[in-house]
Amino acid sequence: MKISGAEILIECLKKEGVEVMFGYPGGVVIPIFHHIFNAPFKFILARHEQGAVHAADGYARASGKVGVALTTSGPGATNAVTGIATAYMDSVPLVVITGQVSTAMIGNDAFQEADTTGITRPVTKHNFLVQNVEELARIVKEAFFIASTGRPGPVVIDIPVDVSKAETKFVYPEEVKLRSYKPVYKGHPVQIEKACRLIETSKRPVIYAGGGVIASNAAAELAEFVKKTGIPITTTLMGLGAYPETDPLALKMLGMHGTFYANQAVHDSDLLIAVGARFDDRVTGNVSEFIPEAKVIHIDIDPASVSKSVQVDIPIVGDCKAVLHEMTKIVKPPQIQEWVDAILKMKKENPLTYGSDGTRIKPQYVVERIYELTKGDAVITTEVGQNQMWAAQFYQYTQPRSFISSGGLGTMGFGFPAAIGAQLARPDKRVIDIAGDGSIQMNIQELIVAVQHRLPIIIAILNNGFLGMVRQWQQLFFDKRYSHSCISFSPDFVKLAEAYGAVGIRVEKREEVDEAIRRALSETEKPVILDFHVDREENVYPIIPAGKSVKDMITRELV
Amino acid sequence: MRHVISVKVENKFGVLARVAGLFSARGYNIDSLTVSQTEQEDISVMTIVVRGDDRIIEQVKKQLNKLIDIIKVTDHNEFSAVQRELALVKVNAQPAKRTEVYQIAEIFRAEIVDISVKTMTLEVTGEPGRIDSFIELLRPYAIKEMIRTGRVSMGKE
Repeated sequence: MKISGAEILIECLKKEGVEVMFGYPGGVVIPIFHHIFNAPFKFILARHEQGAVHAADGYARASGKVGVALTTSGPGATNAVTGIATAYMDSVPLVVITGQVSTAMIGNDAFQEADTTGITRPVTKHNFLVQNVEELARIVKEAFFIASTGRPGPVVIDIPVDVSKAETKFVYPEEVKLRSYKPVYKGHPVQIEKACRLIETSKRPVIYAGGGVIASNAAAELAEFVKKTGIPITTTLMGLGAYPETDPLALKMLGMHGTFYANQAVHDSDLLIAVGARFDDRVTGNVSEFIPEAKVIHIDIDPASVSKSVQVDIPIVGDCKAVLHEMTKIVKPPQIQEWVDAILKMKKENPLTYGSDGTRIKPQYVVERIYELTKGDAVITTEVGQNQMWAAQFYQYTQPRSFISSGGLGTMGFGFPAAIGAQLARPDKRVIDIAGDGSIQMNIQELIVAVQHRLPIIIAILNNGFLGMVRQWQQLFFDKRYSHSCISFSPDFVKLAEAYGAVGIRVEKREEVDEAIRRALSETEKPVILDFHVDREENVYPIIPAGKSVKDMITRELV
Repeated sequence: MRHVISVKVENKFGVLARVAGLFSARGYNIDSLTVSQTEQEDISVMTIVVRGDDRIIEQVKKQLNKLIDIIKVTDHNEFSAVQRELALVKVNAQPAKRTEVYQIAEIFRAEIVDISVKTMTLEVTGEPGRIDSFIELLRPYAIKEMIRTGRVSMGKE
């Protein structure tokens, strides 16, 4: 029996076990939507394609499954690009399906035509333009396989409308045959052996874990490895939750806004064991001064990440989960008590702190109270900027997939739609978007989606009337010329919440913070905006200025 | 240092753009690039000449290997591969100078593929260095137009 390309697509998605899909209809995808009408999975109508892709991304990060989004051609596809680029930078498995004008019209500047494969090529792991209906099923199968294996990433499938309408027999391939794509999962035994020998003789080792640990579901293996070796561990922003931060050996985040003790320990180390981390410039600062005395072991599934910015002594190309498991089996614990004691002392003497006058609400205080009142059992998403860094610093992450943030691209407007995806993936968890008053306005239109689907997401706006991180940089590095970073002309977020049918609570006093959070947590059917009016010129510390090194770290307010 | 990288790719549309985009996105300059068929209909080969230090070349190769449609990446240095290029050179060659040009062509086994009242057009193939020498020798006659194919490279057994 012959069925249409649109029906084939739905059948493929069913075979892939898709439970929820995000998107927005338009002219050329009406044939697909015609069949989505009766599809057995949930379809979430976003209010902007960027929101749809971020939601699919949040779903993928929270669940570990492939996120799926569908948009129309032209503007639908171009609106999706920021979401796709965000997922690409953070290695998130997504399949984004875009409509395209009919094959006969491609290249004619047809209505709502955009060269989607051309536009998305630099920000996708791979992309496809389907040229005939016969190849559609194979392409969908390959897209899911490519997106979710090796180093995960977004894959775009651009489907011309005539392909959606054309009919053929549906055959879903049993397996994927790509002669050119063979990710390596198992680390080379000789390299593993060498790494273990180096670890055993090291005096000042530090583990530096990144998002790869979470992507490969290797948190348990990482914990075993730390337990056996006793090596202190710091994580990147993307690696938050890969190892419980409540553990004494956890040094929290390193890098530009990392803790003093994580940065100092990494700087002083004689061996850095990088696990699923890619030495981003926000971590290394000035590469030439990054780890002056350390040898480097780098475990990563992507060979191109190895020795890209920092020269690696022992590369181990493979999946973190498999490699850590092997290493734990054979490694002997190094003799590092003195080093660990020194780090623990440094950790005790240099905690993350902030000043307080007892009346004004400090944004860090809000994050701390969210942690306490949720008992750390929430999924936190963030926008980008100061809110993101305070969320990273002052909440204790103990579980993988409990911190969802745009790390690589730094996409403002990411956190709230991602929270929608995360809440659909984890209905059992409280999902809280820690936001800034600037960022939240970038995709606030998605609020109606949370209302419509009764998602009790809490949006905690740390409202300081500024694009805070920009203002902080202007204060510290640009003579306090606050050029266009003041956005005190914002909507009334309480009324805005109410207009959408959500709950809005304004919080202006420190003593109101707990009650507001409790009230928000008691809401189970509606999203809640908590509009915290926080200290306007609070800064994120520590900060290592861009391109500088640990010795330039600013740990507190300069007088 | 200049490297000649030979890349076997799936013979599909869009692959060339993917490879070219990889170079342009990272600011690596391609000296030359050729694409052509191989003995297998569904595989094409690209010969890419790129300059950079060891770190850049290592990245180029790793990034190429990451692309889904790339089957094999080989770095051909000067000694492990047969390398050839073709050039067409149009020189000013008034009748009085033609014998000299003809002699140069003879030495390089170049063919004269066109001749007009004022010009001669020569075709030469060979190792890229040999073509450089040929062009240098023709320079005094004023080169009106010159085009090179970029090199093709095949590993030695």
